[in-house]
Amino acid sequence: MEFLNALVAILNYVVVPATAYGAQLALGALGVTLIYGILRFSNFAHGDTMAFGTGITIIVTWGLQALGIGLGPLPTALLALPFGIAITAALVLATDRVVYRYYRKVKTAPVILTMVSVGVMFVMNGVTRLLIGVDEIQFADGERFVVAARAFKAATGLNEPLAIRTTQVITVVVAGLVVWALFWFLARTRTGKSMRAFSDNEDLALLSGINPNRVVAVTWIIAAALATTAGTLYGLDKSFKAFNYFQLLLPIFAAAIVGGLGNPLGAIAGGFVIAFSEVGVTYAWKKVATYLIPNWEAEGLMQLLSTEYKFAVSFAILIIVLLFKPTGLFKGKSV
Amino acid sequence: MKKLLLATAAAALTAGGAFAEDVKLGISLGFTGPLESMSPTMAQGAELAMKEATDSGKFMGGATVTPVRGDSTCVDAAAATATVERLITAEGVKGIVGGMCSGETTASLQNVAMPNGMVMISPSATSPALSTLDDNGLFFRTSPSDARQGQVMTEIIMEHGIKSVALTYTNNDYGKGLADSFAEAFTAAGGTVTINAAHEDGKADYAAEVGALASAGGDALVIAGYVDQGGSGILRGALDSGAFETFVFPDGMVGATLQDNFGAEVNGSFGQIPSSEGAGKDKFIEMATAAGFDGTSVYSSEAYDAAALIMLGMAAAGSTDPNVYKEKIMDVANAPGEPILPGELGKAFELIAAGQDIDYQGASSVELIGAGESSGTFREIEIKDGKIETVKYR
Repeated sequence: MEFLNALVAILNYVVVPATAYGAQLALGALGVTLIYGILRFSNFAHGDTMAFGTGITIIVTWGLQALGIGLGPLPTALLALPFGIAITAALVLATDRVVYRYYRKVKTAPVILTMVSVGVMFVMNGVTRLLIGVDEIQFADGERFVVAARAFKAATGLNEPLAIRTTQVITVVVAGLVVWALFWFLARTRTGKSMRAFSDNEDLALLSGINPNRVVAVTWIIAAALATTAGTLYGLDKSFKAFNYFQLLLPIFAAAIVGGLGNPLGAIAGGFVIAFSEVGVTYAWKKVATYLIPNWEAEGLMQLLSTEYKFAVSFAILIIVLLFKPTGLFKGKSV
Repeated sequence: MKKLLLATAAAALTAGGAFAEDVKLGISLGFTGPLESMSPTMAQGAELAMKEATDSGKFMGGATVTPVRGDSTCVDAAAATATVERLITAEGVKGIVGGMCSGETTASLQNVAMPNGMVMISPSATSPALSTLDDNGLFFRTSPSDARQGQVMTEIIMEHGIKSVALTYTNNDYGKGLADSFAEAFTAAGGTVTINAAHEDGKADYAAEVGALASAGGDALVIAGYVDQGGSGILRGALDSGAFETFVFPDGMVGATLQDNFGAEVNGSFGQIPSSEGAGKDKFIEMATAAGFDGTSVYSSEAYDAAALIMLGMAAAGSTDPNVYKEKIMDVANAPGEPILPGELGKAFELIAAGQDIDYQGASSVELIGAGESSGTFREIEIKDGKIETVKYR
C-alpha cells in the first residue's frame, strides 16, 4: 500500500505532467529542427507562429461552438485545428515570399537569417495580439478528466490522488500520430526524400533536379502544421496567452539543441529530457520518501533545486551537452 | 476644456477676490501591465475627488484641480520612474496619486519624488517594506500594509481550524512581502507553513511548482499571487491534480476572473481583501455610479481618498508646496475634528477656512497610522456556490 501510494504520487506530480509537457515541447522542437535542417537557420519566430496558429484555431473554435458543432467528449478545437493549420501555413508562406526569399537568393549567412526571424517574430507577435488580444483564454471544452482525482481516491482507497486530464491524453496521442506521419512522410514519399536530400547536401540535391522552391514551401507548410498543433495542444492543456508562447521558445530551443539540431528523432528525445528534468529536479521528494522508508519522517522537503530555478535546469543540461557533445545527444549538425 | 477651466478659475477669482490658480495633480497608475484591468476605475476615483474640489469653488480660494495621468506599468520600475519624472518636471504637478504596485512605487519615490520633494499617496501599494522606508514624510498610503493583511489572514485561517498550510507567492515585492509577513504571523500563532515557495508570473507550465507544494502538504494552500497571472496557473494545477481542496486567497486573487474561471470548483475556499463598509463607502459608490463607473471595484475608493487627502492637506496648510502641506496630511486624516465623507469636500474646505479641525473618513474609512498608512479594514470572503460572498468585515 505504501509503495503504491509512492508510485501514484510520482505518477501524478512527475510522470503525467512531464509527459504531456514533453510532448508539447517535442512538437515545437520538431518544427525548429526541421527549419534548421532544411533552411539552415534558427527560426526565432517559431514561438509566435505557435501563438498565431493557436489564435486562429481558437477563433474557428468559437465559430464552430456558435454553430453548435462539437466533438462530444473531445475538445472542439481538434476540429478547428485543420483550419488553423491552413491559415498559418498561408501566413508563413507569405512571410517567406516577402522576407526570407530575398535573403536566400543573396545567399546570406545563417546568422543574418536568424536575426531576420527575430524581426518576423516581433511582427507576428503584434499580429497575434491585434487578432485575439492579450488576455488569458480558456478554450478547452468537452470532458475534462479521464481519471479524476477524487474518483480515483474513492475507487482505490489510496491516500494519494491521481488525475489524468483529457487534454493530456489527447496531447500525447496527437503528438504520437503527428510524429509517426512526419517520419513516414520523410522516409517514404518522394517529396520527403527530396527534403532529406536537400538537407544533407544542397548542391548535390540541386544537381539531381530537385526543385528547391518546392522543398522550401513544403518545409514551411510542415513547420506551420507542427507549430499550430503544438500550440493548440499546449493551449488546450494549460490556457492560451499570447505572451506564454514567446516564453516557450527557450525550452523548445533547448530541446532541439540537446537532441541535436536538424535531427527529428533528437528533437523528440530532447523535448522529453527537458520536460522530465525540469519537473523531476525541482520535485520535492519528501512525500515519496516518507512512503517508501517506514518509520521515518523527512526533515526537509528533499528538493534538489527550488522551483524558481527550473529554467536553470534546461540551461545546465544545454551547456553540458554543448560542452561534451556539441552535435547533441543524437547526431545533429553542430551549432 | 482647458479654456473652460481657465474661464471658471478667472470667474472664481473675480467673484472670490482671492488668489486662485490651476493646481495639477499627477495620477501614476499601471494603465498597462498585470493590473491594467484595475487602473481605469482607480484613476476615475481620483479624478472624481478632483472634479468635486474644483466644482465646490472653495478649494484654495476657487482654484481648479486638473488631473494628469501617467502610466507606471506596475512592473517596470524604470518606466514608472520616467513617468513620475515627467509628471513632476514637465507637467509641474503639486502632488501625485500613485504608484500602484509596491516595487515600482518604491523606485519612483526614492529616485524622483524624494529628491524633488514631491508628496506621493499610493492607493494600492501594500508592501510592508514601504512602512519603514525613510521617506522624508513625503509618502502616504490609503491602503493597509500587507503586514496587517498577514495577521488578518492568520486569524481567518485559524478560525477555520486549519493549522498547517502550504504557501506560494508571486516573485515580486508584493508577493514576497505578503508571504513573509503572513508566514511570520501564522507561525507565531502556532501554525505550520510547510513550504514557502515562489512562482513566476506568465510562465508556461506550473507542474513543477504544484508538485513541490503537494509534496510538502498542508490542510490548505495559500496563493499570494495575481488572479490574472501565475496565481491562476497554480490554482488550476493544484485543483486538477487533486493536491489541495481548500485554498486561501489574499487580495491579488480575489477578482471576477476567480469567479468566472473557477467558480464552484473552489467552493469552501476563503480569503480577504482590504475593503470597507459604511456610509462613506455607500456614498462613494453612489457618486461613482452617477459619474459612470463602478465604485465597488478594487482600490477605486482608496484612490478617491488619496486625491482628497492631498487637496485637504493643501487647504489646511494654505499652500500647494508639497514640503509645506505634507505636515498637514496626518492632521486632516485623523481625529479630532468634524468627520468628512465623500461628497463633502466643499464642506471640509469651508471648515478648514474657518479654522476648524476635520477628520477625513472618506470612502474607505481613512485612519492613518504609523508612518502614514491606512490601519485597514478587511472584507472576509468565502466562495459559496461558485460566487464570492462577503462573510464579514474585520
